[in-house]
Amino acid sequence: MLTYTIRRLMTAIPTLIFISLIIFLLLDMAPGDPTAQLPLTIPPEVREQIRQSLGLGEPVHIRYLLWLKQMVWSEPMFYLSQSTGWFDPPEVARLISWQTRAPVMDTIFERLPQTIKVVGLAYIVGVLIALPIGIISAYRQYSVFDQAGTFVSMIGFSIPPFFSGVLMIILFTVMMPNDSFFWFPSIYDTTLVVDSWETFGKQVRQMVLPVMVLALQTTAQISRFMRASMLDNLNQDYVRTARAKGMTESVVVLKHVLRNSMIPVITVIALGIPSIFGGAIITEQIFKVNGIGQFLIVSIQASDVPSVQTLTFIFAVLIVLFNLIADILYGILDPRIRYD
Amino acid sequence: MKLRTALMGATAAVAFAPMAFADGHEGERGRDGQLNIIYWQAPSTLNPYLSGGTKEVESASLILESLGRFDNDGQLLPWLAADIPTVENGGISEDLTSITWTLQEGIMWSDGTALTAADAVFTWQYCTAEGGGCAQASYFDGVSSVEAIDDLTIKITFDAPKPFPYTALVGAESPIIQAAQFADCLGAAAPTCVDANFGPIGTGPFVVDDFKANDVIQFSANENYRVAGQPAFSSVVFKGGGDAASAARSVLETGEFDYAWNLQIDPTVLADMESAGLGTVVTAFGTSVERLHLNQTNPSADLGDLRATAEGGAHPFLTNPVIGQAMSMAIDRELLVEIGYGAGGQATCNVLPAPAVYASTANDACLTQDIAGAIALLDGAGIVDSDGDGIREYEGTPLTVLYQTSTNAVRQDTQALVKQWWSEIGVNAELRNIDASVFFGGDPASPDTFQKFFADVEMYTNNFAGVDPEAYMANWACKEWPSPESQWQGSNMQRFCDPAYDALIDELATTAGIDARAEIVKQMNDMLMQSYTIIPLIHRGGVSAHANTLGGVKISDWDSELWNIAEWYRTE
Amino acid sequence: MTDATAPKGDDTRADAPARNQWWDVWDQFKTHKGAMFGAAFFIIVILAVYLGPYFWTIDPTYIDIRARNSGPTLAHPFGTDQLGRDMLARMMAGGQTSISVGLTAMALALILGTLVGVLAGYFKRIDGLLMRTTDLFLALPLLPLLLVMVMLFRQPLSASFGPETGIFILIVVAIGITSWMPTARIVRGDVLALKEREFVLAARSIGTRPGKMILRHILPNVMSPIMVSATLGIATAIITESALSFLGLGFPPDFPTWGRLLFDATDFMQQHPERVMWPGLAISLTVLSVNYMGDGLRDALDPRIRGL
Repeated sequence: MLTYTIRRLMTAIPTLIFISLIIFLLLDMAPGDPTAQLPLTIPPEVREQIRQSLGLGEPVHIRYLLWLKQMVWSEPMFYLSQSTGWFDPPEVARLISWQTRAPVMDTIFERLPQTIKVVGLAYIVGVLIALPIGIISAYRQYSVFDQAGTFVSMIGFSIPPFFSGVLMIILFTVMMPNDSFFWFPSIYDTTLVVDSWETFGKQVRQMVLPVMVLALQTTAQISRFMRASMLDNLNQDYVRTARAKGMTESVVVLKHVLRNSMIPVITVIALGIPSIFGGAIITEQIFKVNGIGQFLIVSIQASDVPSVQTLTFIFAVLIVLFNLIADILYGILDPRIRYD
Repeated sequence: MKLRTALMGATAAVAFAPMAFADGHEGERGRDGQLNIIYWQAPSTLNPYLSGGTKEVESASLILESLGRFDNDGQLLPWLAADIPTVENGGISEDLTSITWTLQEGIMWSDGTALTAADAVFTWQYCTAEGGGCAQASYFDGVSSVEAIDDLTIKITFDAPKPFPYTALVGAESPIIQAAQFADCLGAAAPTCVDANFGPIGTGPFVVDDFKANDVIQFSANENYRVAGQPAFSSVVFKGGGDAASAARSVLETGEFDYAWNLQIDPTVLADMESAGLGTVVTAFGTSVERLHLNQTNPSADLGDLRATAEGGAHPFLTNPVIGQAMSMAIDRELLVEIGYGAGGQATCNVLPAPAVYASTANDACLTQDIAGAIALLDGAGIVDSDGDGIREYEGTPLTVLYQTSTNAVRQDTQALVKQWWSEIGVNAELRNIDASVFFGGDPASPDTFQKFFADVEMYTNNFAGVDPEAYMANWACKEWPSPESQWQGSNMQRFCDPAYDALIDELATTAGIDARAEIVKQMNDMLMQSYTIIPLIHRGGVSAHANTLGGVKISDWDSELWNIAEWYRTE
Repeated sequence: MTDATAPKGDDTRADAPARNQWWDVWDQFKTHKGAMFGAAFFIIVILAVYLGPYFWTIDPTYIDIRARNSGPTLAHPFGTDQLGRDMLARMMAGGQTSISVGLTAMALALILGTLVGVLAGYFKRIDGLLMRTTDLFLALPLLPLLLVMVMLFRQPLSASFGPETGIFILIVVAIGITSWMPTARIVRGDVLALKEREFVLAARSIGTRPGKMILRHILPNVMSPIMVSATLGIATAIITESALSFLGLGFPPDFPTWGRLLFDATDFMQQHPERVMWPGLAISLTVLSVNYMGDGLRDALDPRIRGL
């Protein structure tokens, strides 16, 4: 397993470089222009000068190599020198966003906490609710609980966040009286500093609505996979054997069946973790949680190639990493799976 | 305040002074606490020279100021300057090649240093520096030098007579920045000055405490602001992000914010939100006109590289003004306003509906829909449906048009309505919507940009900044055709070309005096209208909303909407 | 699986040779109440959207401006939208597009995902390559990818298949190739575990060839995650289609689809709640019915359950 992990980590580097190249070419090919959002009153000559000042005059391979150098060398060196103070930051210019004209990584670090708090919490809440629902639904297949769970999760999954988000705002912000305990803010205040119980309470309150909307989707998806996989295993011979051996029902279900049912669920959960970093584009927009997802969509709309490229690259790193973790977990859950 | 009121034009003074005093909102600075503003597109920098977007320009206008600002009537007010230079007061040279501004005495930057003419000179150098990609460079077009005569006197010299010289350092788009702060940020070094770009030192009523790009800005009152008792608010939270409907909701329905910008949403929905009683919708009209362009060149895909170029030949039927006229007559502009724009739009028949002095009245017949007239017009011209499929033919070509615009709920509703009206006069339309970042992107590799115009009809809004239409009307010169040779850059989208029109452009460039200029401009507007290459639909205004507890709001479409934020206050 | 003579080998009830195994599947499917209910509902929806327009003949794009924003009335049982277009007619027209896009895109994603997943899980030599490709597709930013696809292929596809079919192909392919990756990862995970199980070893020891092994032994055992992916996939496809059309990457703006109707109605949620209800219910119930059919099909295809 260890050699497998090391081998996978080694192959990850060329994979990631290849992925970054493909993404760069894709973004270069995509129609759109960094000056598209400027008012039409700005004449074409000025737009051309702006493009030149962004470095768009260079050929594509030069721009790619420059980005790669900045991403894997300048930025880590900058942060290393900042955090340790051992040496001066390298002379090479940092990775600059076309929109803000400021370092991309600074914006990412500024936004990461919101995204991790809101999207991450929603994910944890979603998974924690989904697993028991899935298990009980499968164990008591076609019971009232199962039917209700199926119904709610299917409705939950087929209602897109652009709808459920607005519905939540109307129910809990507009129609709810302002002084009610169930009134929640519709706009996430990123300037809030948590330094007392009162501000902590505010922070919790402003996270309620977006977390609800996001957790609904996660719960629906994961509980379905959990249920299906449990059902597959509940009929297996080994379950009968375990019961015949006189094991208690809870040991049979929670130890044997659950462990064997986790493989597809682990895959889905591992696929979802990188997307926490990717943020939740629509939900973040609706509640104005200025997280990574919102940054990504704004950057895409503004054709801000350095930002999109950097975000997508970090995303790719996480995907490769978590898929590796999932593969290792398969081996732990089911020792028969061998990669070597 | 007193000084400026006295210097203002008489009308402005009457409108302005009584209001501020009548409500009795005088008092010490910062008395009204926090002001919450929401812009659903968030500013990405506070340096308007690095990004020319409206959101950046308007957020920066809380900090940075210019020599003069335009009020809500489009009138130029002296702002940092003591008065407005004119030929009469000697501020503008007789030959119209230079303008001399004098700064008010005693203006301080928020860091406590004095504002001098050297800052103005530096601003010019900053924006024209090589490799800086200054987004507002066109404001300094034709400026050959900016000199500091003394600490308070700035002389701007032009390389040719400039009948309208109030561009450089006037209006929210070209404010004065502090030389000391930006000294090391010239040209290619501009993006390296992150702290300066995110927190410029200004002379305006507020200073930046914290800036989070594309998210939120926190301002506090500028202790060195020149007017005593202003601003009334001690701090401003300038939140960005989301969409127009939720921004409107946060002011009008939930009361979480005090001011929301650019609320182009369905008028019935907006009216419904307003009826909750928490806020008021306000509008300001500038020069924006939603219009249709009728392609004068042939956009057929069969032409390959010659699509929509002069070499590809003329359009098979849209070059006939009778067809354009019928298409214009079939449209019920009042209904378009009612459905899509509400208070934020007025039906118009001119591509240049404002300022009032330039607005022509010669084309107003189009304000009433006349389907029967349009049918009669086409029948009379012999353009009839000869094969019975409900679509007329012109010289054998069926009148089928591809009608494109950018993605936007109101535009898609307009498209659907116009398509139906055209079908009633025997013109068939196929609709297409294109993502705004592509449509307005101007990427020469994309076939879907508004410059390439690979369609028969396209719809969008254009306007001009400031109050002088000279540069705007020059958009329709023959040489402005977008073409492959110019990388499809060019502003004459519909490919209009008339030597007589070009002659008027030259005449306008050398004519001074507002009345004479207005005559020429009206003539140009009418020429465009009667060519029916362009069909104006709606004169669009900015739509914003403010909480009912907020006083002093006078939004302007001629300058930053927030131009007078120093005078805003909280009513009880 | 299409090989009719094959069942002998592994079907324990080979003493009833006259019966095709699909009859058994159908018998089992029939006993599943939820599945029958789901199937009946799905057929009703299909009939309503495809045959409905023959009975309800209002043009879904016809604008009757005087009747705009009307609630449910006799003339407009589902009400009208902000331009006075009949919602019932729009729901039917929208359903045709949404269901066909949803089913085809889901099928494409499922076939692609299952193929990649099974191959990667079963054949160790191509596992690395296929999974790294999956990582690449997972990492690609969706919106720029779609913009590039539209830029490159809209014109040629419209030219060779006509504008509507061209855009249909474009949308289905766009959704299909951007949503097969989770299925592939899930199927591969299951296959990795399955191929070490005793029955596979047993089958291999009697010389079963890989192709047959996959079809007969592996695939039926990964059906349940595939069925879940299918149900979730339809919902995702319908919603993604509306996002594409909204961005101008899909169907023309006056072309209704369920996702589009839901999106447009969201702004009017307070004033005209019924307008979000129709498309919202239609999408949810269709997905729900597909889900129940999937449950039934999975049970019916499971030889252990069928044998009971």
